[in-house]
Amino acid sequence: MTAIVPGTVPKSSPRGSGARARMLRSLLPALSLALVLIAIAWLNPRAISYFGFNLMLNLAIPIALATIAQMFVIAGNELDLSIGTFVGFVGCVTATWLRDAPLIGVAVLLGSIGVYALLGALIHLRNLPSIVVTLGMSFVWQGLAILILPKPGGKAPDWLLAIMSFKPPYIPFPILAALIIAAVVHFGLMRTSYGVILRGSGGNAAALRRAGWSLLRTKIVLFALTGLFGVLSGMALIGITTSADANIGNGYTLLSIAGVILGGGEFVGGRVSPIGAVIGALTLALAASPLLTFMHIPPDWQVAANGAILIIVLAARVLISRRER
Amino acid sequence: MASVRMLFEKPWLWSFVGALLVWAATVSFTGGYGAGGMVTAALSLAVFTVIVGVGQMFVITLGPGNVDLSLPANIGLASAVAMKVMGGSDSMILVGLLAALACGAAIGAINYLLIWALRIPPIIATLSASFIIQSVDISYGRGLQIKPPPGFADFTNWQVLGIPALAILTVLFTIGAALALQRMIYGRSVLAIGQNIRAAWLAGVHVGRIRFLTYTLCGALGGIDGALLAGYFRGANVDIGNEYLLASIAVVVIGGTSVAGGKANVPGVWGAGLFLVLLLTMLNTFGVSAGVRLVLTGLIIVGVITAAGGEKAVR
Repeated sequence: MTAIVPGTVPKSSPRGSGARARMLRSLLPALSLALVLIAIAWLNPRAISYFGFNLMLNLAIPIALATIAQMFVIAGNELDLSIGTFVGFVGCVTATWLRDAPLIGVAVLLGSIGVYALLGALIHLRNLPSIVVTLGMSFVWQGLAILILPKPGGKAPDWLLAIMSFKPPYIPFPILAALIIAAVVHFGLMRTSYGVILRGSGGNAAALRRAGWSLLRTKIVLFALTGLFGVLSGMALIGITTSADANIGNGYTLLSIAGVILGGGEFVGGRVSPIGAVIGALTLALAASPLLTFMHIPPDWQVAANGAILIIVLAARVLISRRER
Repeated sequence: MASVRMLFEKPWLWSFVGALLVWAATVSFTGGYGAGGMVTAALSLAVFTVIVGVGQMFVITLGPGNVDLSLPANIGLASAVAMKVMGGSDSMILVGLLAALACGAAIGAINYLLIWALRIPPIIATLSASFIIQSVDISYGRGLQIKPPPGFADFTNWQVLGIPALAILTVLFTIGAALALQRMIYGRSVLAIGQNIRAAWLAGVHVGRIRFLTYTLCGALGGIDGALLAGYFRGANVDIGNEYLLASIAVVVIGGTSVAGGKANVPGVWGAGLFLVLLLTMLNTFGVSAGVRLVLTGLIIVGVITAAGGEKAVR
């Protein structure tokens, strides 16, 4: 990490308080979500209901999926600044080709995942800065989205609409979906041996290379996974909004990065947490609009709320880390 | 032979070559029509990219992970502040410019404060700051007098013998920036920090102070850029700075500055800025649609960066 202040040496401290601080730190994402929920419950008790959650967490599924997508690149010490426009592009494909010509639609979406894999290879082979490459790609996706759907419109395929309006008993669908996403990705990335290799490529690439693993392959896999979850996010989004717009996903780039960091992920070192990322995404989805609406704060300040939450959580993390040392 | 090798050793020359090629392609398409006017227009538009590009260059030179993502929000807010302070009257132009400068510098200082106090990567710090700035701008800019005073609008569009006055001033500014980078303790310190932050610290460079100054400088340049943009386009708005996130990073990288830090290049920023603007002009002249233009712009940027290649990061 480059932001380390030179000269600070970790001080040894009693083991007990260190472990407690570490636990507190890993609970921080859940705590911030609980705080936001408590605030909402206090301001408007009726919101904490089956119907209320369905409404408030309406857009949480695509945000959570985009955050997971971003988490994969961050696990490999890269950053994807194009995920937002990519989600928009997928949305446009979903609302047009996937409905009218499903085969072409599927082929285009699979192809776009392939493009992501190629980008990973390119970034690794030429040692390019991912920020610049993905910023460039964000123009490409946006351009393609405009070409596919010059005007807002299109319609989501019926099967997708059916999935996204699924109403399971007792548990609101967004919460159920978030649980499933978190569990699946957690198992894949944290509990399988190749998941360890993927995270290791961000933690200590040199060691992995010496152990005989292909760094090219890990980068390709990480980027392909980002593409895959980006596609899922775009499709989920269209399943909710029913029609598309080329700019529909633009806000997702920053939201997804914020979600990963809120969820306890770090920029370098392959330290990410799928469960945390999903929790981070839920926190942002709840805090951005429902909380502000209940607090009678004008929508102008929605974006600021995201920034403020990010800063508060990071500040809390610093306070805890100080005790960890 | 020696001159050929020199050409290869100075990657920034390629950005000028690229700009020249794009210009030539456009001129041959129009049959020589508007060749001079195109250069004038390119110069006046490139100015805005170059100003923020220089700020971004200093930040990026601080080392891997250093980048200012708050520039678009910063430009948007500063443009609104400048227009509000000027209030449409010519006598307030200087005060308005100073206000924009102060607004930008304050944003830069806050950025560094977040980096320093929260010990977070600059990307996240500037990102969270930009969220908040954006909201402030939306809320502040609503129902505001956003037209520049006529004198200021004329000044930003003023041309001397077909050369925009702003471009001349910006050339002087970039010469100053190049001198500061290569000949002043400040610039050498920035380079030293980018090469090895710990070695620089051990060698007695005031790492914290230099990083603070750099982020503040970048913010201030974003602020002044916002004011000038509002003058040039005759009005401020929230989205006025949006394209400068990609542009500011792209001109730095295409211009031959190392993304790994520690190696900067000021002339390359001009070359890359002209290249990007002329590229857009070319695509417009060819009459391609907005979608195709975006796709081509993106592909060309990715292509140029792939061709330029990254160096082995020293980590």
